[in-house]
Formats: sequence, structure tokens, C-alpha cells
Amino acid sequence: MSTATTAEPREQAAAAPPAPRLTPAVAVRHGGLLAWRSLLKIKRNPEEILGLTFMPLMFVALFVFVFGQAMMGDWQAYRDFIIPGIAAQSVIFATIGTGVALNTDIEKGIFDRFRSLPIARSAPLVGAILGDLVRYGLTVIAVLVVAALIGYRPEGGVLGVVAAGAVVMLFAFALCWLSAFMGLLLRTPMAVNIFGSVWMFPLTFGASTFVDPDDMPSWMGAFAKVNPVTHVTDTMRGLMEGGPVAVPLMWTLVWVAVLIGVFFPLATRAYKRRA
Amino acid sequence: MTDAIRAEGLVKRFKGTTALDGVDLVARAGAVLGVLGPNGSGKTTTVRILATLLTPDGGHATVGGHDVVRAPHEVRRTIGLTGQYAAVDQDLTGTQNLVLIARLLGHSRAGARARAAELLARFSLSDAADRPAKTYSGGMRRRLDLAASLVGRPTLLYLDEPTTGLDPHSRNELWDVVRGLVDDGVTVLLTTQYLEEADQLADDIVVLDHGKVISRGTPDELKARAGAQVLQVQPLHAGELERVGGIVEQVTGSEVRTGERTASASVTDPSVMPEVVRRLDDAGISVSELNLRKPSLDEVFLALTGRPAEDTTGGADGAAPAERTHA
Ligand SMILES: Nc1ncnc2c1ncn2[C@@H]1O[C@H](COP(=O)(O)OP(=O)(O)O)[C@@H](O)[C@H]1O
Ligand SMILES: [Mg+2]
Repeated sequence: MSTATTAEPREQAAAAPPAPRLTPAVAVRHGGLLAWRSLLKIKRNPEEILGLTFMPLMFVALFVFVFGQAMMGDWQAYRDFIIPGIAAQSVIFATIGTGVALNTDIEKGIFDRFRSLPIARSAPLVGAILGDLVRYGLTVIAVLVVAALIGYRPEGGVLGVVAAGAVVMLFAFALCWLSAFMGLLLRTPMAVNIFGSVWMFPLTFGASTFVDPDDMPSWMGAFAKVNPVTHVTDTMRGLMEGGPVAVPLMWTLVWVAVLIGVFFPLATRAYKRRA
Repeated sequence: MTDAIRAEGLVKRFKGTTALDGVDLVARAGAVLGVLGPNGSGKTTTVRILATLLTPDGGHATVGGHDVVRAPHEVRRTIGLTGQYAAVDQDLTGTQNLVLIARLLGHSRAGARARAAELLARFSLSDAADRPAKTYSGGMRRRLDLAASLVGRPTLLYLDEPTTGLDPHSRNELWDVVRGLVDDGVTVLLTTQYLEEADQLADDIVVLDHGKVISRGTPDELKARAGAQVLQVQPLHAGELERVGGIVEQVTGSEVRTGERTASASVTDPSVMPEVVRRLDDAGISVSELNLRKPSLDEVFLALTGRPAEDTTGGADGAAPAERTHA
């Protein structure tokens, strides 16, 4: 070690290129590079994706094979009913990971390193979220593969499934700003995880995921009908299984706009302050 | 421009605490500035402001002539930061960690790989290049972290407590690295809780306490102020402690602190040692321990402020390796 330090020549042959000016194109490139980092992490820990899909897949097994027959008198019909909702639920759960990962990076000082570099200020945040979108995509695919294994054949065909996937990804993109905001606000990754999970159960169960809101007690049904998860699930159901799409899609888009409108500025502000 | 850093009157408040209360400091280009202070004295806050990660509530600072608040991007182009805790991505390999930063700094794919390989070799990490950083030892992780801060060839490097928590071997390695960087012309700002570390590496030292600079100067000036060494005597029989204290006071001429079983005093001239031994011998006092050692940060603080450093975790460790024990 000591030999290496003293023998180091003053300047190496390949001098570092001057740090690039911060044009929007450069900012996008930086975000892309940091997203690449997120992807490397997924590759390193593939079990994380399995972990994300584990609970939803347990729900598939539980609801389809245990309750299915009782719910609809036909477990296959019930399977077809809940798969779109389960796919939505798994992605919504996955968004917690965005906040947890951000918080971990800050706590470990990794963000400090990035922010001390002459790169776009927002690049670490943008990169983390771009990388997470890939994670969400993999989560949906994992659920759909399992669904296919237990005989799920969507009426909407490939096109319907892809469209449904796009809708849920858009919603997840909006929701992950809420998660990012929590990740930047709370102190520890553990707190983000707990606080994030608390929302998830009422949000994903008090929706049309497993039961039609019309069959719920009136107050619960009222909650479920305004719950964005219901709109996302209904849109996906319509695209995958046939049924009305326009109205739930419209409401989904309204929610996407609201979530981004509120939490994107909050998250970026918290980011500027904290990180 | 001969000053790499100029900071005047830096103030930083967090809810309820004033972390920095008017800090002035200057780092000469090409030199090592040591910022010495106990836990909570404001070292990290100072570094974070100078690295553009925090905005000061008062005062201003320039780094390489650029204002840290008004021209943060320019500042970031000249600095490298190694934080208090190794900020490497544990899931990525050593190579991936460095390639990522090189790419962010505008290197081509091939250029980034070359730069990563070069730095890994320089820090004896080539063998571990393709292993995830979570498999590294603490010392290796620190080295990777330091390598990461050097990717962009900074002319000014911040090292925030770089050796805290390292074993003596890794610490010596890191000291060599710092010396090598200084030989290459890099300016270094180093924070530490160890007087010995500042003594070994720094050209100038600033002593922080409760967000204020309480002393500054070269290591020699500081030691002259604080007493270069500490003479410590432990009599065989605790009952003789008072008499021992009297003798030490007479010979050294400085104030004696008596603990439960030892008496100690600052000394500037080590030749008092034989004199103390002779006087103790004349008085017929047997001693179980008699030694001359470098003052700990606590003792420096006591000498400079008249009260011990608060909340110093392990500040006394710094003195241990330098201890010279006489029979
Ligand atoms: N983000 C923060 N929020 C609140 N207090 C802080 C924060 N960072 C530092 N402090 C407080 O500021 C003081 C100085 O801290 P710091 O600069 O980390 O000291 P050092 O690095 O010398 O140990 C301490 O009292 C610490 O508790
Ligand atoms: Mg600190």
C-alpha cells in the first residue's frame, strides 16, 4: 500500500474529462446512470423481487383455493376476478421499497457522495425512481406468471394485459412520490417500512380487489368507491377481463394527477432539504 | 490564489442546538488542515457546509475561490468527500462503485473502467475488485470510499474522521495514503478526535469545541500551549499519592492533577523525568508506574479551556500508541 502511494505519478495519461455542464440532457444521463445502479442492486438481490411478490402470491393461493369456491361458487371465476387486483396490490406494496431505499441511501451517506459530485441535483432521486419502475414491472410480471401457472387466461389477451400493466405502472409511478416523501421525511428505514405498510392494508383491502364494493357494508363500500386502488383495479379488470374501462380509467388518471401534483413537489422539497 | 478554503463566521443552527457558532478557518493550498475536536463539536457540520451539502445560517465560505452557497457546482468540481461513514454501495462491487462515479463525471465506458482499475490497484483492492463491497473488511471499505472520492481527481479532499474505528494497522495505511496524496499536491482537510493524528498529518490545526474555534496553530504551537507531554506517576501505596503530587509539582512547575491512584502533570521538557525519579528515590517512595506520554485530547482541552472535553468517545485512545513507559 505504501509503495503504491508514493510511486503514484502526479498526473496519469488519461486526464479526467471536465465535468459536463448541467444541461437537461446531462441530467437525464445522470438519472439513467443512477437507475443502472438500482438495476445492479436488483440483479444482486433477486430474492427481493420474490419477497415483494410473496405476500400477494400467498393471497392468490388463499383467496383462490380457500375462499374462491365459497365466494363465487366457482374458484376459477373468482381467480379471474382477483388476479388484476392482486397484480395492483403487489405493485402498490412494492412502492414502499422506494421510500425505504431512499432512506437507506441517505442514512448510509451514499446520497452525500452523489451530492458532492458535480452532477444534476435531482439525479439521485430521479435515478432511484426510474430504477424502481423496473422493479415494479418485474413484480407485475411475477404475479402474472404465477397466475398463468394456475390456469389464468385473460380474455383481453396480450394487448389487454400490457395495457393493464401500463395503467398500474403509471399509478405506481404516482404513488412512489408519496413513498419517496415518507422516505425523506422519516428518520430510519424501519420507520418508513412500518409507516408505509400501515396504509397498505386498508388501501388494498378496502377496495374492489377481493370483493365488489356494492357487497360491503355501506360505509366501507363508500370508502372503497373513492379508493384509488378500486379505480386502478377496475380499469385493469376491464382491460384484462372485459368490462367498462373509460370511467375507472378517468378516475385513475385523476388520482395519478393528484398524487403527483401533491407529492412530487413535497418530495423534491424534502429532498433538497434533507439530502 | 494560495488559500484552498476560506471560511468566515460560519454559523449553523439545528432545532435547539447551535452546531457552529462563528467558525473561521483557512486551508492553505497544498497543505493539510486538521480540524480537531471531540464528538459533537461541529466537525462534520463544518465539512458538510464546505462540501455544499449544508447551507450555513450565517457567515460565508469560498472553496478554490468559489462561494459554497452561490457557486456550489463549481465547488463540487474541485472537491472530493470521504464522509465519517464509508459511503459505498454495499451491493455493488468495488469496480461497479467506482465505474458509476466515473461515468457520472463524464468518463466514457472504457475510460471509467480504466480509472476504476487504476484506483483499485492504487488502494490494493484489485483482488477484491469484483466482489460486492459488503464482503469487504472495514479497512477495505474505507479505502474504497477514499478511492471513490478521488475518481474525479479533486484538488481538495475532505476526510471526516477517516481512521475512527480502524485498527492501528489500517490506520497507519491510511496515514500513508494521505501523505501520498499530499505529495501529489492535493490539499486535505481532515477532521479527527485524535491529537496524535492531527500531529502526524496536519500542517495547521484548528481546535473546535461547541462550534467555536478555541485554538489554532501548527502542531508544535498547539503542543507548546497544551504541554507537549504528560508525566504520570502511580505510587505503590495509594497513601503516598499526595507526597508524589508534591514532588511532581516542584520538579515540573506545572499544576498537578491527582486521580484515584495517579498523579499527572503537563511537561514541556522531557528531561525532568530523571529528576523526578531521583527525588522519589530520595523520599523512599516506591512507584508501580511512571511514564511520559502524549497528552490525550481530553488533556489538551483541559489545558486550553480549563475544563475537560465533553462527550469524548475514545478521545484518550489517541495517546495510547505513543506511550513511552519507563521502568
Ligand atoms: N441534522 C442534525 N440535526 C440536529 N442536530 C444536528 C444535526 N447534525 C448535527 N447536529 C448537532 O450539531 C452538533 C455538531 O454536530 P457534528 O458537526 O456532527 O459534530 P462532530 O462531527 O464534531 O461530532 C451536535 O450537537 C449535533 O448533535
Ligand atoms: Mg462527525
